Order: sequence, then structure tokens, then C-alpha cells
Amino acid sequence: MSHLLDILLGRLGWDALPFWEMLQEPTTFNIINGTIVTGAASLVVFGALALVILITWFGKWRMLWSEWLTSVDHKKIGIMFIVVAFVMLARAIIEAVFMRAQQSVGLEGGFLSPEHFGEFFTTHGTIMIFFMAMPFLTGLINYIMPLQIGARDLAFPVMNSISLALTAAGAALVMVSLVLTPFSTGGWSGYPPFTESPYSPGAGVDYWIWAVTLSTLSSTMTGINFAVTIYKKRAPGMHLMRMPLFCWTALTTAILMIFGMPPLTVATALLALDRYLDFHFFTTDLGGNMMNYVNLFWAFGHPEVYILILPAFGVFSEVFSTFSGKRIYGYKTLVIATISISALSFTVWLHHFFTMGQDASVNAVFGIATMLIGIPTGVKVYDWMLTMYRGRIRLTIPMVYAIGFIMLFVIGGLTGIILANPSIDYQVHNTLFLIAHFHNMLVPGMLFGMLAGYNFWFPKAFGFRLNERWGYRAAYSWIIGFILAFFPLYALGLLGMPRRKVAFFEPAYLPWTIIAGVGALVVLFALFSLVMQLGVSIRRRSDYAAPVGDPWDGFSLEWSTSSPPPEYNFPVIPQIASRDPFLSEKDRGQAYQRPKSYANIEMPANSALGPILAVVSFLMAFGLVWYMWWLVIGGGLIGLAALIGRSFVRRTTRIIGADEVRRTHERWLDQVAHAQAIKRADERDTANQGLAVPPVEGAVQ
Amino acid sequence: MKSHGRPVWPVHPARGCYAGLLLLIFATLTGCSGEHLGFLDPQGPVAAAQRSHYWFVVALSMVVVLPVIVLTPWLVWRYRYGGTAVYRPRWTFSKKMEWLIWGLPFLIVAVLSYVLWTATHELDPYQPLPSAKEPLRVQVVGYDWKWLFIYPEQGIATAGKLVFPADRPLALELTSTTVMQSFFVPALGSQIYAMNNMVTRLHLAADGPGAFRGQNAQYNGKHFHEQRFTAEALEPQTFNDFVEATREAGIPMGSEHYAIFKHHSTLREAERALNGKASDGLIRFSHVPEGLFEAIVDGPLVVQALLASEPAAMAAENIPATLEAPAGAPIVPFKKEKVQ
Repeated sequence: MSHLLDILLGRLGWDALPFWEMLQEPTTFNIINGTIVTGAASLVVFGALALVILITWFGKWRMLWSEWLTSVDHKKIGIMFIVVAFVMLARAIIEAVFMRAQQSVGLEGGFLSPEHFGEFFTTHGTIMIFFMAMPFLTGLINYIMPLQIGARDLAFPVMNSISLALTAAGAALVMVSLVLTPFSTGGWSGYPPFTESPYSPGAGVDYWIWAVTLSTLSSTMTGINFAVTIYKKRAPGMHLMRMPLFCWTALTTAILMIFGMPPLTVATALLALDRYLDFHFFTTDLGGNMMNYVNLFWAFGHPEVYILILPAFGVFSEVFSTFSGKRIYGYKTLVIATISISALSFTVWLHHFFTMGQDASVNAVFGIATMLIGIPTGVKVYDWMLTMYRGRIRLTIPMVYAIGFIMLFVIGGLTGIILANPSIDYQVHNTLFLIAHFHNMLVPGMLFGMLAGYNFWFPKAFGFRLNERWGYRAAYSWIIGFILAFFPLYALGLLGMPRRKVAFFEPAYLPWTIIAGVGALVVLFALFSLVMQLGVSIRRRSDYAAPVGDPWDGFSLEWSTSSPPPEYNFPVIPQIASRDPFLSEKDRGQAYQRPKSYANIEMPANSALGPILAVVSFLMAFGLVWYMWWLVIGGGLIGLAALIGRSFVRRTTRIIGADEVRRTHERWLDQVAHAQAIKRADERDTANQGLAVPPVEGAVQ
Repeated sequence: MKSHGRPVWPVHPARGCYAGLLLLIFATLTGCSGEHLGFLDPQGPVAAAQRSHYWFVVALSMVVVLPVIVLTPWLVWRYRYGGTAVYRPRWTFSKKMEWLIWGLPFLIVAVLSYVLWTATHELDPYQPLPSAKEPLRVQVVGYDWKWLFIYPEQGIATAGKLVFPADRPLALELTSTTVMQSFFVPALGSQIYAMNNMVTRLHLAADGPGAFRGQNAQYNGKHFHEQRFTAEALEPQTFNDFVEATREAGIPMGSEHYAIFKHHSTLREAERALNGKASDGLIRFSHVPEGLFEAIVDGPLVVQALLASEPAAMAAENIPATLEAPAGAPIVPFKKEKVQ
């Protein structure tokens, strides 16, 4: 009997329950830590239960299955990616607040146990990078890029659904680690030998390995998908040099994903071999060398930084030009800068470990390469300022994020230049200065970009605008919260405080950690505002409705469709004659034309492969973590069967009849004809149904 | 909101906040506390050079950074919707601006690169520091979660304090018996990784006698935050006295004591196990066999063999069971404050 249980449960035991230790040894300290984890675990369990009950109550399972989970529509997959990102963002922010709270009282103590703190910084980093930032930008590109290049879907729609499946499975694995603990304490970078079994026995590091592995596989496929789509699926006339800058950043990001993700997949796979099969790639004995891991990790890690930031740059390019009522300044310059950044991003990985003892010349070469990236990045910032120059700037929510970004990001750029100098890095490496620096790049850079894009394109995806009152509150509290939370960390870093410290012994640190703690609370309020914004907007969606589809007087093709766009995006694939095609059409008074004829449209059919692989890959990863080998083998066989089965499916597409296309399109054109065109002054008014007074000589009205 | 001619856009509160905090950040940190926490309050030539390099990079980069911070709010106000400033919706390129925005960052990066190259070579932690006197060799070993400092020329070792004469630079060799660690005394200079089976090097020096905070900067588990030590620069004579006292009164470094030291997690635990009490945060070892550091690099089996064959094992038998210093042996008081 117990033998059977051993096989069934692997190494999963009672001690995996978050409240186990607290019951065994009920000290105050254990009770506090146990309660926090148990609370989080209950949130996961009851949240999931509530979701299941609600869906059943409203009888939405069939709809969920056929219209969302099995859908291969790039728009729906994009939305699902962003939903994952938001859920994970909420969790990771709450974790950050706990860490800042701990350090606010961390002078010789605090309330979190060191192991618990270790799990916090590991999950925070892992989630923010792999399960917040990556899904967010993947979702945004997924939704917008095909619309901007005049395509009907991505090149490989089913693979897109599998990418989502793997990311979702990885995210689910990280969530389950709250219920069946522990998670790794090795940081998001998981450096061995600390993450090898002698130093980190137990399931924690294995959770991390498989979650990250699923995410990297997902992103590699996404990269291939995006790149092929941009190369092969552009509308006629949409030359590369006519693409919106967001598509350029999507292309460079995709290429970085293709080359940047596999090194990490390899690194985690080798680490898994060490841990599971007693290999010695990165161990301290029998010839293992952790320096190989460090190189592999950052061969991924540095391109990754630009995978994260470039799409945000793309969003900001769109936002600055749209809300300055002016075409982007220096389009070619921005394209060249984008490509330079992505090429240089492969030449700088060593700056993550200047302190590992290599030769001064090697360090200097990588330091200089790092500073070189500052040039095209600086050029981009100035291009955005020149876009505002002689424009007509509307301080909408995306623009608030953009202004906050541009002013804060240069501070991050400055500290990046500082860190690029090996001789200074020897002082600030591994300190909170570094933490402040990369949050300065990723919060105002990446996250503000994504939130700007979310506010910018939300009306496109759902047909109504987002509430402004809560939107501004969110944007301003993000900016203020960021400043309060992270500028003190620069100070602490300069005062020599290492990162990842659960407690400290220097009273001089305390004022700074308290300010940072207050900042974390402001960020928490920003998160609350985002939730409120969405809630209020959904409740008042008829007031904010903008079904005509062009609420911001946009320039690129996505604004020329209805909101939300039909599944096939364009009833007739548009002919592109210039950059900013929709602006030109409006300028010439040729927008909203009635096509001469309609044709049948062939769209990819739904596929169950995505959801099947999501479940299978989750179960396999879970089985690997807890040594439930039957689950790994069983899951693998089902997955293999599903893949083979898929190759026998003959009807992979379905036809949407010309009549239906005509009906849908004519109905929308009617809406356009009856809508009242508004000037930009009324942009945020309920009168904004998404029809703009056309520009005069390029000047927005 | 209904429109009444000009729309009222919300003011951007980030601006004021941001400038104030920036000032605060750069105005502090210059070490009024007297604790010598970071390199902005340098206590040695390396940290001092790093500080001047730091401020140089900050100042030069400001040429590119400041215009953005100053001009962006101005642009947003000047070219606001509803304003009367010039509006050129189709103006998208200027050759002059192009030269400026590529040229200026390029020039600055060129200058910074030159400085980077020279500074990286000058401050290479592997380079011995210029000094009239021979550096003191110390071998540093990282354990979970404490440091051992071996003085090969003196035949002693300490834990909890790295003691050296203020008039001689330090030449450190580092390794780790466990996971990767980072040896870091911010007020004196650079940090460097200590890695298992490998030796890294670091050179530091102090301007004068004093006590400086040292730590591990690379996360290595639950007692990471407790892995601290003090680097103490002593007057030369005091240092010699310290060495003598340690030779006479230290715990002999034999297999048994080494094992006790290694297996107790933090310094405090090890101190309690070896000294019988945890008091002054210092463990002193005498009779350190030659080649101990090299043996540690080669692995635990080599250490075992070395310690088993050494006279320290025999000498241990003659030490009183209490491990207290013999009566009359000079106990050197440590200077807690920097001598002015």
C-alpha cells in the first residue's frame, strides 16, 4: 500500500503543505510565515474554485472552449496572453510589497524567514520576466502586429496557440508552487552550484527549472511565428520601410527571441540533467564548472533585456506620434537604431559578471560594447522628443506613461552607463544599485510601455475606451510609486547594501528602506487603480463605446477596422501606398471606402491541440517536480498522440462566405455613416465613438 | 467631461517630485555617518579612484541626460493641444538635428570609452597596488556562511576579522569551499567572486588604521545576510603583536578544529563551538599548515590528508582543554575607531 503511494505521489509529502511547518513547530515566527503562505495558497485554491463555479453557474464552458481556448485567432490568443500577464503581475507586485515591507523593518530582524524571503525574490523575478513581461509583450504584438501589416492571422496560428499553452502551463506551475511548496530560493537567474541538489535539495529548484523551460520553449516558437509573419504576410505595398515602428520592434524582438531563448532552454536542461541524472555540468566536483552556466544564462539574459524593452519602444513610437498629432520624427533613424540595439545586444553579455575574475582587457571590451548601446538608445529618446517638437500634444493616459517613461528612462540609462564601467561595477555589482537600475529600465521602460499600449489599444480590442479617472490615477501612482520605491535603492546600493538581504545591521539603511516601502504601497495603489479602471470601464462600457474604431485619430492600419475587428481583420486585404496609410487615407478623404466586391475568406479552423498540450505539459512538469514518473510518461504519451493525431486532421481551415463578410462590413459602414465625427478636444468625451474629424493637410483637428 | 474650447489636461505631478528626489539621492551618501558604508566615503586608494571615476561618468553623461529631463516638460507645455505654438505635422526630418543626436552621444561614449579602458586596467583587481612596502598576502576561503582568512607567511588564520597592517597593501587570493560568493569591502575597493575549485585575486589597501565593514555580496542561502566580517587596518606594531598573540593563543588548526569550524553554519555558531562562547566575533587559529589554501582549492580529501599529517594535530594535544589563552599572553585590544 505505502509502496503504491510512493509510486503515485513520488516525493510529495505532507511537508509540502504551506501550513505544515507551522503546525509542527508553532513558534510566532513560523506562524507568521506559515499564515502568509497559507493565505496565498488559499487565494490560489479558492480563486480557481470560484472561477470554475462561476463559469458553470453561467453555463459558459462551451463558449469558453469553442470561442477562446481552442481559438487560433491571433487577437483572442493575444488577449489571453495579456490576461495571464495581468494575473501574474498582481501576484508579483504583492510579493514585491512583502519584500519591501520586510526590509522596512529589516534592521536586525523582520517578520519573514530567510527561506521565505528567498522564495519571494525568486518568484518575483521569475514571474515578472517570464510570466508577466513576456506574455504581455507577446500578447500585444500578437494582437496588433497582424492588423498593422494588413494580415489576417499569424503565419502559424496553431503554433501560436501552443505558445500560449506552454506559457500558461508554466504560469500554472508557478501558481501551484504556492499550494505545494516550496519554490526555489536561487533567484530568477538560478545560478549553480547553489541550485544543484547538494545545496538546494527538494522540489523548489525543479519548479523553477520546468516553469522557465516551458516559458523559453513558448517564446522560441513565438519568435519564429512573429518573424515569419512579418516577412511573409504583409499586405501588398507594405514594404518593410513602410511598416509602423511597432512592427519593426516586433520583428527585431522576434529575431532576438529565436537566438536568445535557446541558450536558456539548454542551460536549464543541463541543470536538470545535473539534478535528475547526476551529471556534472555545473557542480563543484568531478569537473563541473558553474562559469559555463553563467555564460549560457547571460547569452540568453542580455538579448532578453532587449526582447523586453524593444516592443515597449515600439509602443512609445506609436503613442508619441499619435498624441503629438504628428508623424514620427526620423523614421529611418529609429529603424536603424532599433536594428543596432538588437545586434549589439548579443555582444555585451559579459557585463553581468565583470567580477568573475577575467582579464581587464576582456572586461573593458564588453564595457565599451555596453556603452555603445547607449548611442542608438539615446538617439531614440531624442527622436521621440523631436516628434513632440512642433506637434499638438494631448496628455492622454498613454502619453502620461510615455512622458514618465522618457524622463525616468534616461536616469536608468545614466546608471546603465555607470554599470558598464567595470571599475565602478566592482563597487555596485550585486548591490541594490543594480536592482534599482534594471527596475528603472523595466518599470518605466517595459511596463509603462505595455500599460500605455494597453490603454491605447484596449478600445480596438473591445470596442470601448477605458475609464480615465482611474487610468490617470494608475499612471501617476505608477510614476510616483516607482520613484519612491527605487530611487532609495540607488542610495542603498551606493552605501554598499547587497541585493537579496532579508535583514541588515546598518541603521543608516533604515530611512531608505522605509521610503522604498512607502513607494511599494503607492505601486500597490497603482495596481488597485488598474483593477478599478477595468471594472468601471466594463460597467460603463456603453458610455465609452467607440465601435467605429478610431478613437485617437490613429495613423496605422489597425485603426481603419471596426472595434473589435472581425475575425478576418480586413474584408478585403488593403493596398498600401505609403507609411502611415490610414492617416493618408483620412487626409485624402478616402477612408472607410466600400469595397467593389467581396470574396470568400479562408481562415484557420479551431484546434484543440493548444489546450491539450497545456494540460499535458503542466502535468509532465508537475510530475517531474515531484518525481511522479507515471504522470511524466503518461502525459508524454498523450501529448505525442495529440501531436500525431493533429497531423491527420484534414480540415484545418474554414471558409467565411462572401455574403457574411459583406453583411458584417456593410453594418459597420452604416455605423460609420451615422457616427458623429469629433475633434481631438472631445477625445475623452462620451461623444467619442471612434470617428475622427479628418486631418487637414496632416494637421489633426 | 464636456469640452469648453480648450481642454484642461492634468498637470504632470511627476516633475517636481522627481527633481527633489534626485537631489536628495546625489546630495547624501557622502558618508556623514562615519560608518564608511560605501565607496562614496572611500577609505582606500581603490575606492577613492572608483569614486572619482563614478562622478566623472555621472557628470559627462549628464550632457545627454539633462536636456531630456529639462526639455520634455517644456515641450509638453509649449506644444500642448490648444496652444498657439507653431504646428508642423509633416515635419519629420532634419539633417542638422540628426548630426547632433547621433554625434553628441557618440562623442561622449568615445570619451567615456577611453576613460573606461584606462580605468579598467588601472583598477584591475589582479594588479598589485603601487606601494613602497611588500603587500601582506592573505588567502580568503568562503564557507556557508563565514569567511576564513589564512595568513600563509605568518602561519595563522582568523575568522570574523581580516587584520592587516595599515601601511601595507593587501594581496588576496580567494576561493570557496561551497557555492559562489562575492568578497566585498565597499569602503576599501572592489568585490570579486570566490568560486569552488578556482582561485581569484584581489588587491586592496587602506589609507590608514581603521575598521571597515566587509561582507558577502552574492546570495548563498539562508544565513547570507549574516556572512559579515570586519577588515581592520592596524598600526604595524599592533599587527605584529596580534600575530604573535595569535601564534601563542590561537586554536591549533588540526583536522578536528577545522572540521568544527567548517560544519558550523555562521561565524557565531563556529565561535561558540570553538571558543566556548560567542563574544568578540573573532576566531584565531595557530599552527596553520603550509599549503592549506591550495589543499582547499583541490578539494576536501586533500585538506583531510594535509591536516592529518601536520604537526598541528600533535600540537593540539598540548593545548589546555579550555582553549583559553595562557595566562600572561598579550591580548591585543582592537582599535574600533579610525585614528585621526
